[in-house]
Amino acid sequence: MSAVIDDHGHAGHDHHHGPAKGLSRWLLTTNHKDIGSMYLWFSFCAFLLGGSFAMVIRAELFQPGLQIVQPEFFNQMTTMHGLVMVFGAVMPAFVGLANWMIPLMIGAPDMALPRMNNFSFWLLPAAFGLLVSTLFMEGGGPNFGWTFYAPLSTTYAPESVTFFIFAIHLMGISSIMGAINVVATVLNLRAPGMTLMKMPLFVWTWLITAFLLIAVMPVLAGVVTMMLMDIHFGTSFFSAAGGGDPVLFQHVFWFFGHPEVYIMILPAFGAVSSIIPAFSRKPLFGYTSMVYATGAIAFLSFIVWAHHMFVVGIPLVGELFFMYATMLIAVPTGVKVFNWVSTMWRGSLTFEAPMLFAVAFVILFSIGGFSGLMLAIAPADFQYHDTYFVVAHFHYVLVPGAIFGIFASAYYWLPKWTGHMYDETLAKLHFWLSFIGMNLAFFPMHFVGLAGMPRRIPDYNLQFADFNMVSSIGAFMFGATQLLFLFIVIKCIRGGEPAAAKPWDGAEGLEWSVPSPAPYHTFQVPPDMNDVHEHRKGTGGELTP
Amino acid sequence: MNAELPLRKLVLRLVLVVAAMFAFGFALVPIYDVMCQAFGINGKTAGAYEGTQTVDEARQVRVQFLATNAAGMVWTFEPLADQIEVHPGASTEVRFVAYNPSDKPMAAQAVPSVSPSKAAAYFHKTECFCFTQQVLQPGERIEMPVRFIVDRDLPDDVHHLTLAYTLFDITSRQPALAHNGG
Repeated sequence: MSAVIDDHGHAGHDHHHGPAKGLSRWLLTTNHKDIGSMYLWFSFCAFLLGGSFAMVIRAELFQPGLQIVQPEFFNQMTTMHGLVMVFGAVMPAFVGLANWMIPLMIGAPDMALPRMNNFSFWLLPAAFGLLVSTLFMEGGGPNFGWTFYAPLSTTYAPESVTFFIFAIHLMGISSIMGAINVVATVLNLRAPGMTLMKMPLFVWTWLITAFLLIAVMPVLAGVVTMMLMDIHFGTSFFSAAGGGDPVLFQHVFWFFGHPEVYIMILPAFGAVSSIIPAFSRKPLFGYTSMVYATGAIAFLSFIVWAHHMFVVGIPLVGELFFMYATMLIAVPTGVKVFNWVSTMWRGSLTFEAPMLFAVAFVILFSIGGFSGLMLAIAPADFQYHDTYFVVAHFHYVLVPGAIFGIFASAYYWLPKWTGHMYDETLAKLHFWLSFIGMNLAFFPMHFVGLAGMPRRIPDYNLQFADFNMVSSIGAFMFGATQLLFLFIVIKCIRGGEPAAAKPWDGAEGLEWSVPSPAPYHTFQVPPDMNDVHEHRKGTGGELTP
Repeated sequence: MNAELPLRKLVLRLVLVVAAMFAFGFALVPIYDVMCQAFGINGKTAGAYEGTQTVDEARQVRVQFLATNAAGMVWTFEPLADQIEVHPGASTEVRFVAYNPSDKPMAAQAVPSVSPSKAAAYFHKTECFCFTQQVLQPGERIEMPVRFIVDRDLPDDVHHLTLAYTLFDITSRQPALAHNGG
């Protein structure tokens, strides 16, 4: 891994502060680009690992009956797939993009707290080492679902649950430090003239995401600490025998969990808001409304958590409140979707790989949003709860939402990172195989879910057999395709057509004003945005007819 | 650098927010209990009730009793009567029977729950074995009383309610017993 990345750090610049040589460069680096690259590689490794867990799940579900794994191991696979994808793949990928791009986008020389940046990255391998090691322990790894509801995760948990708790603590600390770093960078290190309302939307959405992280990751740390105390120190937070309540767990968990789902999507909103204007050759429609919509989504995410718990027995008023509050989120989200579509309207569109992923993002994320609205309807949710309909819903917002957003960002900025253009033909192939595979995998889940197939069960009724086989074939296709992505990225790092400083003719923003590949140190003298008249084009501005 | 000072202040504030949110996570525990008590949600019943009420002879409510053992509990645990009819406001006593078939002394805690949950706030226990822990010697059987009043203000659409107890084995939390039985 390090040998591959090593190339681009040296190439293409003659600055006298080069990176250190060898392994210590990566262990001790405080450079935002190095750390960003490490985050992205870590995230991709976690993506493949979590993906291989998903392949085990889909292989078992290929046919009804138990063929490949035992139910105990199946439960560990669903749990670890969720945990690794959420905390290992999606979140670190966005932190990696933030590290690479935020300083370049706001004209800062580095992140505000570079040493802490190094620490927050290196906590992650430790956290996931702990987490994955539980699979090899006696009694197996976590098997209680990624939502780890008590008492499954306390009274009935495998012995390894303590390692799981410490892993969550470590990745929580890592995320909190990453978030503090983003806030400090954005609020302190903007170039002169880069006012808040001139920032690219990726910076805006990340700033809001960082505040969400700071607000809810400590609550997650609190809930696993309560579990730890219940398991080892005789407290009864979640044990009814000692006066506690298991339902309390769900409230505290989802107080974290719902903002968490926006943590996983808001940065993708920001990236897509840069990519769609670039390939439409038009400024983003409604920049200001995008900022306010993001803020509104973030605020609403704090008051909708109980929509995950409609069936636990909350009072009617509660169900109504959480139902309407949830539906309200469709308003700011709709503003965003309409803005993206309006940006494309009458633009001179071209469909390079970043744009393909971005357009698929808009369409498929909307489908996921609509199934979310269906789930928000409290009386209907009694039917959908814990079925494959829920699985279809959140995979539609996370795979073509978060993951396609990350792919779009990767292709969009790869020329800046590596100094080479990626192979466009292969990238398009990657897109189409991913697009078809992902829809084959997840669309039939809507149908089996509505027909009542429960989630997290290794066997199912014969009536669901055909749809499940289609899902599995789609999942294998999607999974295998990601090896193609690895190949494309490595090929791009090792060579290819040299990239211009601004390889996309419609792209705007400060990151394109530095050479490709981006030198090891950039913006040591901040650019003065007051002198740049054109900067708003890519970052915002109004639509002029 | 003069940029250091505002940065330090900002980071300090953010760290304070993190600490406050960590504390808030724990504050949710009492907040949740207060909410449940205040709105009578989750079927949680209040502690011992001190008052008395006049009896509403015109109205009858059926009260059903359930006794369930939590996982791993070996006691026999059941109500003497499955259900009774009461007048709101009247104080009524019923009994539950518990029997310890094991060969060691054991301690148990019963946790009550009332459904429908909106009736929980109108179900008052003046005396209950769930207020204390029960310790039974090997082979011992006891009758445990519950004295309750169904509130006169019970919503009109509630015609019957269920009082359910779950019995938990808490022997391991009693150092003296755990040692004896060990």
